[in-house]
Amino acid sequence: MSTVSTTSAADGQLRPLVPPSPVTLRINGQDHTLQLAPWTSLLDALREYAGLTGTKKGCDHGQCGACTVLVDGKRINSCLTLAVLQEGADITTIEGLGSEHALHPLQQAFIDHDAFQCGYCTPGQICSAQGLINEGKAQTEDEIRELMSGNVCRCGAYVGILAAVKEVVDAKR
Amino acid sequence: MNPFTLTRAASVDAAVRDFSGHEAAAYIGGGTNLLDLMKENVAHPQHLVGLNKLPLSSIESTTGGGLRLGATATNADTAWHAEVQQRYPLLSQAILAGASPQLRNMATNAGNLMQRTRCYYFYDTATPCNKREPGSGCAAIGGYNRIHAILGTSDSCIATHPSDMCVALAALEAVVQVQGPDGSRQIKFEDFHRLPEDAPERDNTLQAGELITSIDLPAQGFAENFAYLKLRDRQSYAFALVSVAVGLELDGNTIKEARLALGGVAHKPWRDKAAEHLLKGQPATEATFRKAAEAVLKEAKGQGTNDFKIELAKRAIVRALTQAAAGEQKASDVFTNSNP
Repeated sequence: MSTVSTTSAADGQLRPLVPPSPVTLRINGQDHTLQLAPWTSLLDALREYAGLTGTKKGCDHGQCGACTVLVDGKRINSCLTLAVLQEGADITTIEGLGSEHALHPLQQAFIDHDAFQCGYCTPGQICSAQGLINEGKAQTEDEIRELMSGNVCRCGAYVGILAAVKEVVDAKR
Repeated sequence: MNPFTLTRAASVDAAVRDFSGHEAAAYIGGGTNLLDLMKENVAHPQHLVGLNKLPLSSIESTTGGGLRLGATATNADTAWHAEVQQRYPLLSQAILAGASPQLRNMATNAGNLMQRTRCYYFYDTATPCNKREPGSGCAAIGGYNRIHAILGTSDSCIATHPSDMCVALAALEAVVQVQGPDGSRQIKFEDFHRLPEDAPERDNTLQAGELITSIDLPAQGFAENFAYLKLRDRQSYAFALVSVAVGLELDGNTIKEARLALGGVAHKPWRDKAAEHLLKGQPATEATFRKAAEAVLKEAKGQGTNDFKIELAKRAIVRALTQAAAGEQKASDVFTNSNP
């Protein structure tokens, strides 16, 4: 993804690219006006333009869930939407859920239950779990497993992840 | 991804006009399939017409006693909608059997119909594919074709339609409302998707620039006796090898009305009216179900790696019909997925 002004087209001619234009995204309660090309994904906008690198790029194809963020309270894969299509929406990333000094209950539960090894999938897991809690559909372990299936952990910390999410789900009941 | 321009349409008329005014335009709803295809260089539109501001996200009753599903309502909002869950649990459960919660929160109802095959050769631009590049050949025929079609294939394409939702919509006899440059029309669900024949680049019968505005469900929802059975390589978040949607209306143990559609076996959701006819007026017994299953698969043709699907589909049909007749799945069971 580039915002340079020219590109080499198939016919060998140089054509002007679509110039970046200002896009205002409301992220964690704060407006960010960013200069973005139409093809910038929400994920790239967060990481490369807004400087919020908590959201991770795993597969970039909506298969792993590492890029999960909340849009208007609902969890989505930020790699499969364009930033310009999210103008006007309320975006929450892992940075908006808790802070170093005031951990979100899910963050604390992930620590308590040893729910990660490398930690790369963790921001997506936690945002997804917050989405699951907002939805209010999953209560049992089987239901949590099913509704967390969009988040892959290649370290295989699933047992800890399930325990952590279950603890917070139970506490909300 | 190639460079493109994008506008967000405020009305259906504006969207259709904007599409017609650009070369190589595409509509974008949730974007979960289109953006993926663009990243893979399989799709390269020059202009996108954004649909997520259109006032098409409602779900409301129709005068005929049915339910109108807005084109841009998300798959999640549709599956969890109280009226869909109560009156059309087959649809709700089919939607929840597909994709992941994140994807269902993004993907729209119209986009679910418009999603393209997950044939690995279609996605791999280094291999021939008549669907991606007409005339280039088919690498799946004679290749590795575990996920491919066994019914309605042609010499040019053996891809499957990947949707779960559409299998239920086929069984429920949904109607697709569209608007295009020449006005609006409705398309019966069975006529919406097409078989590959010699033009596999065309997935459906939409004309250029036509936009889906809603998907309408008729009043009959088969909420008492239904089943959506999905068989796949893992328990969640995988496409169907074979799926079966069944709706039955029973009078005692006699089948009064039957709907039967399969997913994962053809270029379109595979509804078999002849097999439904075989079920009607018959007792709801295993012998009846087997007869119907044999009829559905009579013309099936394996491609090598997917030969197993023929027997799998027969058994899946018998099981789904058995589950539907017994009223095993309830409208309140939304997690059939985790109870295989």
